[in-house]
Amino acid sequence: MNNILFVFLRRLHVPLIVLISVYAMSILGFVLIPGVDDEGNPWRMDFFHAFYFVSYMGTTIGFGEIPYEFTGAQRMWATFSIYATVISWLYAIGYLLTIIQDPAFRTLLTERAFRRNVRRISEPFYLICGYGDTGNFLVRALSEAGIHAVVVEIDQNRVNQLDLAGYRTFVPGLCADASIPENLVKAGLQYYNCAGVVALTNEDAVNLKIAITSKLLNPGLRTIARAETHDVEKNIASFGTDHIINPFDTFAGRLALALHSPGMYLLYEWMTSVPHEPLREPVFPPTGRWILCGYGRFGKAVHERLKAEGIATTVIEATPERTGTPSDGVVVGRGTEADTLHEADIQHAVGLVAGTDDDANNLSIVMTARGLNPDLFTVLRQNSRANDMIFNAVQSDLIMQRGSIIAHKIFAIITTPLLANFLRLARRHDDDWANELISRIGGITGDEAPHVWMLTLNEAIAPAVHTMLEAGESLDIQNLTTDPHEYSKQLPLIVLLIQRDGDEAEQEILLPSAQEPLQSGDRLLLCGRDGIQASVEWLVANLNVLEYVLTGEDRPAGLIWRRWSRSREQADEA
Amino acid sequence: MNLEKVIFAFFIVLALTINFGFFIGDIDNPVHHNVYELYAALVISLIATVLKFGDRTHIGAVLLATSLVADVQLIIAVVIWGVVEHVTHTGMTPHVMAAIVSLSGGALLANITSVVLFVIETAMMRR
Repeated sequence: MNNILFVFLRRLHVPLIVLISVYAMSILGFVLIPGVDDEGNPWRMDFFHAFYFVSYMGTTIGFGEIPYEFTGAQRMWATFSIYATVISWLYAIGYLLTIIQDPAFRTLLTERAFRRNVRRISEPFYLICGYGDTGNFLVRALSEAGIHAVVVEIDQNRVNQLDLAGYRTFVPGLCADASIPENLVKAGLQYYNCAGVVALTNEDAVNLKIAITSKLLNPGLRTIARAETHDVEKNIASFGTDHIINPFDTFAGRLALALHSPGMYLLYEWMTSVPHEPLREPVFPPTGRWILCGYGRFGKAVHERLKAEGIATTVIEATPERTGTPSDGVVVGRGTEADTLHEADIQHAVGLVAGTDDDANNLSIVMTARGLNPDLFTVLRQNSRANDMIFNAVQSDLIMQRGSIIAHKIFAIITTPLLANFLRLARRHDDDWANELISRIGGITGDEAPHVWMLTLNEAIAPAVHTMLEAGESLDIQNLTTDPHEYSKQLPLIVLLIQRDGDEAEQEILLPSAQEPLQSGDRLLLCGRDGIQASVEWLVANLNVLEYVLTGEDRPAGLIWRRWSRSREQADEA
Repeated sequence: MNLEKVIFAFFIVLALTINFGFFIGDIDNPVHHNVYELYAALVISLIATVLKFGDRTHIGAVLLATSLVADVQLIIAVVIWGVVEHVTHTGMTPHVMAAIVSLSGGALLANITSVVLFVIETAMMRR
């Protein structure tokens, strides 16, 4: 505020002084020039009349000679004064308009508006640095989930997109370099309600700087950073960044998962989905020899994973001298032309991964390969979300969209921290286990992806359950999943995980049975149809509802009614 | 030499001197107090105020404040003068003159403060 006012006033020096001087001179002229009154006596205008006259003359609202007709000299001076005052007003107003339109001044104004908007957010918010494909997806998912976000992005065009995106929550955006700590502070890094920082810019160095800045300026903050090289990854990890995401590893890991255990892959996809996403169909990749086009950072990560899974791969790479070659040889070429694909023996391959960093090439590879071998299972890497339409049109068996995979992962980390524990435990099971769980989940959710959320059985969130458990009564999972409107029915939801503080270490129960007793302080990971969460939260917070669920009786809540019903019960028993 | 400083010093000292010129004399004697001097004092004081706009230093803020005080006092004095001459038609009485001069005395004090602050600021700058 002060900042802007000061800049404004400082720039207005000259026009203001010009205005004051011109007015002073005009007034003085009228006072000094002798006039003649209506009786012909010599007369002089005083300061009051001169000020009055110049004021209305300068603004040219009307005109008249007061209090007596002017003499020639006075008229001459009036003529001069009219021009002088009008010009100085035009000059001052013109100057004012220039200042307002000045880009530097406008930057100040937008920055001020941004800071005010950030300050107005009273709920916890996440600071997202970088609004590219991943950031874009993440912000949309967060806003759908009702979580506030603030964006810092260096490209003005992307910041402009923010205003047009129509998010459910208001997302303020600042066009600034996130590697400069001051900009992060402007975006609310040090506010009490800043819940975390997500560094998603294109450059590892910038992400590193963001992570350092947030750890130094607000040590309690949750930091999630993207790192494309293992060096930077280690560097960022060294000072306690909570989550580091390597897009290539994550991406390759998912792809490998999809290839060797499609059930588990689908479980991952469903669990980490964002609100209102359509449910993904299962994929069934064939086993046999695969062709991998592109041996860059992504290709290397995929190759490594596939090798670990025992899948034979033929690598096609256009510039092996730059990327290096895998130990089992490489076919030189881009893969977009039939020759190279023939050389890689496309006829006898079962699957193909088009994994170069060029979307057009990837599309071309898949289309050419399909022409040569129509039964091929194709995996398509999509680099830019802008190409959504053509990628959907090509109908590849699996589209791996980097930005979306990372955004999903971060969204899951932010909204349901327990999910990582669940997925870690789930990986210990085989694909059949995953398939069974998927069919159970598929049974309770509709066309949309399942809603996964956390519930902590403490006094703040679940006072009814807490009171009952503290009183020594026992509750189990089944009680919690009963429909609060009809106690004989079960709600369509699955408890995926219970995490409780045990005597020594944390205890984790994966997919607890319906008879599993609950303890106060348990952290539950639940999964169900969208909207079920509200029912469960009502149940755990309202003692009357909980009692109804347990007993099937709708007990009166008021003291008098309760006493009356009790005495009636006693009368019945007697 | 800094031209900005010269101009600023010129106006701030001129505001003080002109104000002093108007103030000096018998407090209730209209003969001793020239209307042109009061007018000049007000104009110069306004210009001095504008010159202080935008100075973000602490001393700059105080200078702006003292100047605004001087402006307010002088404007009130001018308004009183105008009112007795043209609105109430009582003419300039010693009583009113004393009020105007004492107001300009207040402005004078504010101007002195300005100059003292300015001198301190200048003395502190060892360049």
